[in-house]
Amino acid sequence: MGKPKKEKDVRFSKFGTVSFTATTKVNDFIDYLEKGEVRGTKCKSCGKVFFPPRADCYSCLSSDMEWFKVEGAGKLITFSILRYAPIGFGDDLPYAIAVVDYGDYKVFGRIGDIDLDQVQCGMEVVVRANELPNGQLNYVFDKA
Amino acid sequence: MGKVAIIGVGQSAFSRAYPGSIRELAFEAFREAMVDAGAETGDIGATVVCSAPEYDKQRSPAGVLAEYLGLTPQPTFYAETLCSSSSTGLKLAYSLVASGLHDSVMVIGFQKMSEISSAESQERMGRGADIQWESPFGTMMPAYYAMYAQGYMDSYGITSEDLALIRVKAATYGQINEKAVYRKGVELQQCLDADPVANPLKVFDCCANADGASCVIVASEAKAKAMGIAKPVWILGLGAASAPVNLAGRDLFNGLRVAQMAAAEAYQMAGISAQDVDVAEVHDCFTIAEMMAYENLGFAEPGGGKELIRSKETYKEGSIPVNVDGGLLSKGHPIGATGGSQIRTIVLQLRGEAGEMQVKDPQIGLVHNIGGVGLYGNVSILGR
Ligand SMILES: [Zn+2]
Repeated sequence: MGKPKKEKDVRFSKFGTVSFTATTKVNDFIDYLEKGEVRGTKCKSCGKVFFPPRADCYSCLSSDMEWFKVEGAGKLITFSILRYAPIGFGDDLPYAIAVVDYGDYKVFGRIGDIDLDQVQCGMEVVVRANELPNGQLNYVFDKA
Repeated sequence: MGKVAIIGVGQSAFSRAYPGSIRELAFEAFREAMVDAGAETGDIGATVVCSAPEYDKQRSPAGVLAEYLGLTPQPTFYAETLCSSSSTGLKLAYSLVASGLHDSVMVIGFQKMSEISSAESQERMGRGADIQWESPFGTMMPAYYAMYAQGYMDSYGITSEDLALIRVKAATYGQINEKAVYRKGVELQQCLDADPVANPLKVFDCCANADGASCVIVASEAKAKAMGIAKPVWILGLGAASAPVNLAGRDLFNGLRVAQMAAAEAYQMAGISAQDVDVAEVHDCFTIAEMMAYENLGFAEPGGGKELIRSKETYKEGSIPVNVDGGLLSKGHPIGATGGSQIRTIVLQLRGEAGEMQVKDPQIGLVHNIGGVGLYGNVSILGR
């Protein structure tokens, strides 16, 4: 008998309608999403803040990171409403993607419970962890 | 460093579905460039092969193409920056010649997009962005550029009509470019009535996928002289830059920072300013991309791009003709071949050999070629 097979940590395959990455050192992001939190990372050594979260700091070369919560209102900088979708996303149509400015960092994601014709540059939004109909997880922006 | 010339250019017709393999497609551009330069295969010291991967089954196409073109045993290698791959190829070729490693280098760009379906192609192109953090939201190229269009409209108050004017211009010249995939004229109302793809971009704001190949032969001044090249076109300036792949890392949403930076670098190297450019090829994969290019290249102030197109200053007879070969919007956009095709257009313009598309007596031409959604920026300045 060989050694028991080591389980691969593929938590990140739960991210988004279709995930293209299974394994990453920031897999805990998924655990936070499951708890209803959207988190980025902050370098413990130099204080640099990252969203999307990263495992490594290019600024001071440290890999000692802590998780911070994306909280409060951010400002929607730009968006687009998709009328066609790439393979695997057709059932989500129509949907909108957006970039939101939180000051120290920006967040790229999907529009949530906002009528698509109400979405505007400059509007205040909050981020929310979201479970998709297919059981996958992502995060979306709602009106602040 | 000695001067570096472009001594030969070639391009296949761009088409919806090329009836042959990638090596045969590349041969069409290769033959035209070789005849143009009056070169023999022994004149070529090395080849740089450029495309975006994942469209064909062939792994490592450089060796396959080099063999088919009779360019073995000379060294060959692959270069990739998505849609700007062959502009990157030009920069590499310039470096190889300017350094003295080779006295002549060929840049071959190709793409056979018809190998896969349009939806598959959108998915592949979408994966030219951040697959870990963006693609899971269902992104694709038109939607990314649409976000720039939205940001631009919000900043400068342009309308869909201003963008449509760019498509109308492209179609004006697509009709007289026999190598373009889209040869029909386009009316303003047609653009405005078209279905949205990713708001605010509509069908006519987007370029079409295409199959195609391009070829550019670069040589040292001494080699060009030895070959008796009658009208060498000189590489005066090259600039390139990269940006964070995830839009969350960007600081500008009404222009492309990489284009601004590449342009500044290229102008400095050439010792010229935007006002000195007589004819330009810009990366109009979407109408908004050309509008931003006007400003990022310094042809207009930020927000002033709309005046250029409204007053037809970027038409052939205007103060700064842009994409008078139909641009990507009418020529089609075979990703790896596009930069080489733009370079070819400018070389023909500078030689006075652009036929019906010829602008009046240009001395300096510029190529603006973007990879991904402002991920890679490349500006090349050429002169007589
Ligand atoms: Zn750090």
